[in-house]
Amino acid sequence: MKLYCLSGHPTLPCNVLKFKSTTIMLDCGLDMTSTLNFLPLPLVQSPRLSNLPGWSLKDGNAFLDKELKECSGHVFVDSVPEFCLPETELIDLSTVDVILISNYHCMMALPYITEHTGFTGTVYATEPTVQIGRLLMEELVNFIERVPKAQSASLWKNKDIQRLLPSPLKDAVEVSTWRRCYTMQEVNSALSKIQLVGYSQKIELFGAVQVTPLSSGYALGSSNWIIQSHYEKVSYVSGSSLLTTHPQPMDQASLKNSDVLVLTGLTQIPTANPDGMVGEFCSNLALTVRNGGNVLVPCYPSGVIYDLLECLYQYIDSAGLSNIPFYFISPVANSSLEFSQIFAEWLCHNKQSKMYLPEPPFPHAELIQTNKLKHYPSIHGDFSNDFKQPCVVFTGHPSLRFGDVVHFMELWGKSSLNTVIFTEPDFSYLEALAPYQPLAMKCIYCPIDTRLNFIQVSKLLKEVQPLHVVCPEQYTQPPPAQSHRMDLMIDCQPPAMSYRRADVLALPFKRRYEKIEIMPELADSLVPMEIKPGISLATVSAVLHTKDNKHVLQPPPRPTQPTSGKKRKQRHGFSDIKVEDTAKGHIVLLQEAETLIQIEEDSTHIICDNDEMLRVRLRDLVLKFLQKF
Amino acid sequence: MPEIRVTPLGAGQDVGRSCILVSIAGKNVMLDCGMHMGFNDDRRFPDFSYITQNGRLTDFLDCVIISHFHLDHCGALPYFSEMVGYDGPIYMTHPTQAICPILLEDYRKIAVDKKGEANFFTSQMIKDCMKKVVAVHLHQTVQVDDELEIKAYYAGHVLGAAMFQIKVGSESVVYTGDYNMTPDRHLGAAWIDKCRPNLLITESTYATTIRDSKRCRERDFLKKVHETVERGGKVLIPVFALGRAQELCILLETFWERMNLKVPIYFSTGLTEKANHYYKLFITWTNQKIRKTFVQRNMFEFKHIKAFDRAFADNPGPMVVFATPGMLHAGQSLQIFRKWAGNEKNMVIMPGYCVQGTVGHKILSGQRKLEMEGRQLEVKMQVEYMSFSAHADAKGIMQLVGQAEPERVLLVHGEAKKMEFLRQKIEQEFRVSCYMPANGETVTLPTSPSIPVGISLGLLKREMAQGLLPEAKKPRLLHGTLIMKDSSFRLVSSEQALKELGLAEHQLRFTCRVHLQDTRKEQETALRVYSHLKSTLKDHCVQHLPDGSVTVESILIQAAAHSEDPGTKVLLVSWTYQDEELGSFLTALLKKGLPQAPS
Repeated sequence: MKLYCLSGHPTLPCNVLKFKSTTIMLDCGLDMTSTLNFLPLPLVQSPRLSNLPGWSLKDGNAFLDKELKECSGHVFVDSVPEFCLPETELIDLSTVDVILISNYHCMMALPYITEHTGFTGTVYATEPTVQIGRLLMEELVNFIERVPKAQSASLWKNKDIQRLLPSPLKDAVEVSTWRRCYTMQEVNSALSKIQLVGYSQKIELFGAVQVTPLSSGYALGSSNWIIQSHYEKVSYVSGSSLLTTHPQPMDQASLKNSDVLVLTGLTQIPTANPDGMVGEFCSNLALTVRNGGNVLVPCYPSGVIYDLLECLYQYIDSAGLSNIPFYFISPVANSSLEFSQIFAEWLCHNKQSKMYLPEPPFPHAELIQTNKLKHYPSIHGDFSNDFKQPCVVFTGHPSLRFGDVVHFMELWGKSSLNTVIFTEPDFSYLEALAPYQPLAMKCIYCPIDTRLNFIQVSKLLKEVQPLHVVCPEQYTQPPPAQSHRMDLMIDCQPPAMSYRRADVLALPFKRRYEKIEIMPELADSLVPMEIKPGISLATVSAVLHTKDNKHVLQPPPRPTQPTSGKKRKQRHGFSDIKVEDTAKGHIVLLQEAETLIQIEEDSTHIICDNDEMLRVRLRDLVLKFLQKF
Repeated sequence: MPEIRVTPLGAGQDVGRSCILVSIAGKNVMLDCGMHMGFNDDRRFPDFSYITQNGRLTDFLDCVIISHFHLDHCGALPYFSEMVGYDGPIYMTHPTQAICPILLEDYRKIAVDKKGEANFFTSQMIKDCMKKVVAVHLHQTVQVDDELEIKAYYAGHVLGAAMFQIKVGSESVVYTGDYNMTPDRHLGAAWIDKCRPNLLITESTYATTIRDSKRCRERDFLKKVHETVERGGKVLIPVFALGRAQELCILLETFWERMNLKVPIYFSTGLTEKANHYYKLFITWTNQKIRKTFVQRNMFEFKHIKAFDRAFADNPGPMVVFATPGMLHAGQSLQIFRKWAGNEKNMVIMPGYCVQGTVGHKILSGQRKLEMEGRQLEVKMQVEYMSFSAHADAKGIMQLVGQAEPERVLLVHGEAKKMEFLRQKIEQEFRVSCYMPANGETVTLPTSPSIPVGISLGLLKREMAQGLLPEAKKPRLLHGTLIMKDSSFRLVSSEQALKELGLAEHQLRFTCRVHLQDTRKEQETALRVYSHLKSTLKDHCVQHLPDGSVTVESILIQAAAHSEDPGTKVLLVSWTYQDEELGSFLTALLKKGLPQAPS
């Protein structure tokens, strides 16, 4: 039992578990923080960005000035943004049998894995995960493809040159493996390999292992996974939440009695309380709008935005914001809003009960109906006609490197009336803002991360009692910026096993039993004997059949010879028996047949001539006696 | 001997009042709890006193499962749970849970308010009954208790219709409810994996029908509707509010759009709007195409179909009206029918199966003079039947049996004569027994579940490794000891069992003397035995040890001089009981003597 760790990002994991004869990939997250090193892709030609000075070495050598640009002391790569893929060399990915996806954020590297590694297996995910995952991928592809960039920088990746660059470029890992975004064709092909599953569905893998998704409470359709055989159980916990937001609550009970619990996807902002952040979000938004400014909310097209819209739905009237237009701009805005309404079965109880009325589970349906919320595929087209300020705009991408958000940053960045509010926790807001500096607009950081915090984790671990915990190394020490906070790490006994990118862990796990089925005919023929109170034994001689990793014991082909009912040897026609006592036991002599039976405490030895009939008779007699004890 | 028992309380050689009791491995499950459209007296509900005369139903039933929202599958539920009294869990899918109470309330209103029946269940009872419902997802394994688990599969009959697998240990039963094996305009086809249940309980409404292609039926339907409205006639289509109604609405809507027709289409009862809303919210339960395109165009938003007002029935000129209920046994469809029946220009199209005793059934069987509320009614309007019921036809049923690969099949929800035909067909084609019990008749099926035990990995691996040797074709015997402690069963090697329990092993050893005529030295005899065995027993490991003895696997053979006769050598063949078979074989072989050595 081994765990191959292909990603170093704790919330965008990619691990491969070898368990019994199966190879199971757990999630394939795509680390997009690499894009922070690149210049933003503007939708509309931006003179500011195109006039940034080229970067030159300290000695004045400017041979990199086409590839690297400088902005307010930071250096950016002027190229199509690239992503940091999971390790592809640590294990032959064509041997992966199945990929289990836990939520739509953790599947963004799927096309790289399924389309370029010789992967021939199956991917399992819930229906909302697939549908919303598709939307996220579609949006990403659309953002990048609609702004074609001729330049593709590669010179800076040269190891000898990278050494000379300023941080963070100097320290970026595995830059040679960074890849451009996939195409829609690759996305479709990857998604076609997914098989839809429901919560608590038991899926057999080759008869050897059973996998089951459980509700994880973090996002629509998000799941934790149980990977088990009859005697071993591994729980994979990834992106779980105990807060009551829109998704179905987390199923904790089913995680109990795990031999190993792999724990990933905890909150990235352990010090922030999501409820407080939502309150701050609302008040900052209201403040800006009342002062005549615009609010920009860089966000993903699904997830927390549903909760934010619901809060605003309750908030806008009381805050006197009823006349302020809310715009949601994304190529998949419409789809995301529509899809959210048809997955009521995957939502929390409150929302579920709405569908019995029947009413749409999310109130944003009403915001749209009353024209308070408008959605557009992009800033081009209808939006430019309807656009009124002051307003609130929800748009992507949260990295601020591509998507319509780039346009609004350029448009509103110069005025201190406007505010950008960061709610997504995936990117450092300071790094995200770096290529827009100097900025006049206000920046508010209200990261809303509903995933488990360390207090919740320790409660969870106490509750489900796994024998061993495995987690990314980041969770076994306090965050670097708060090294005194010993409470911001996982504390469990025995200590969690930690991993980092490209590690291979041998999981502490000894398999000792395997399930086998005894055919009823064979079971009937067994003769159990009670050895000790409550403990019975039966000797089994049977034929082992193994097919599709299932083992069956069948009765032996020849029935055992019937034994005669007589008990005493004398009655078997042995007349000349002589019994001698020895040091260890007795010797029975059958003189006529020249046969000797040595009976000792732990053995019986029959020495006879080659008379099969006699021997078999003696054998059965002895066995019969032995059975009695 | 373990057994599975099945007793239909309803739907045994009949359609309507579906209610089947299943006992499996000590668990009792009730499948569906329907009413009968053909009766207005006690017979409309299943006879629950069969389950228990005086005990509480909750003590006898582990759970109740409802397959879909049609009243002949859930109509008796509030009566059963609130009036007879059942407090255990009731399982159904989310759409069924959403729609079921609405249809029940509808049914109650017709029975109590219109027909003035007393002693019927109340609105509050419907609500209390629905509180006992546990909603299930497709393919979710629901653990009813530690042993009993159920799992829903897509059935494609109406929105939310499901087939259910009921499983205890290695024994299982699949109940199909009503299902459809061909995808239609709004639903997908039923699907089940090769779950090999001990018993498949399948509906058999269309046991003898092989339907022509759906396209033809649709074209026929549209042609008839079109012709009637062209000549100024009115078309009545009795439907149930949910199910076929949406299917036919989609069909007419697209036809009206394509042909640019202006004749009004109405849908009776206020339920329409609501019904269509359910379809929009449960779009994940519809077919692939609708699910794919719903963001751009929701198929359940109709442009041409308007709400019906009862005054419209007297309007002159052509129109098409969808009216409930579907079998013309009560309500608005029956009222409109009475108004329009006298005019030969008009047409009534029955798009589904009609239960015996309903007006729908009467006119379909050719009756043209009806007695209604004491008055004679002559039916002059055209009566058409078009099978749009989303039931599997004979081909579909066979297909499902093939998919699930059951050990046995049991037919319900059909007419006896037709069932008989299908029963023979199934027995012939799949060589499995097929049953068709009548209501109240119990079918008992013995099962022989195998017993799961844990085998120590060491023992298993050792055996499997040996199984890979060339003699794999010959069955090998695995020797082990089964330890039974409390309720845990473990199979381990004998050595381990002894060690674990602190017992000493008793070894049983045999040594056989085989006399051989051989004047040579013992060592040479041994060598001859060795080469003989080596050449004879190619599959076994034969070794010649330095001390002169020969081993075959773990059997030891030694050659010794005979104490009296120097021309005879004695071979001592020695083995333990575990090698009994081989030992016995060896002595028999050696007894035959050695081949003449080339001199």
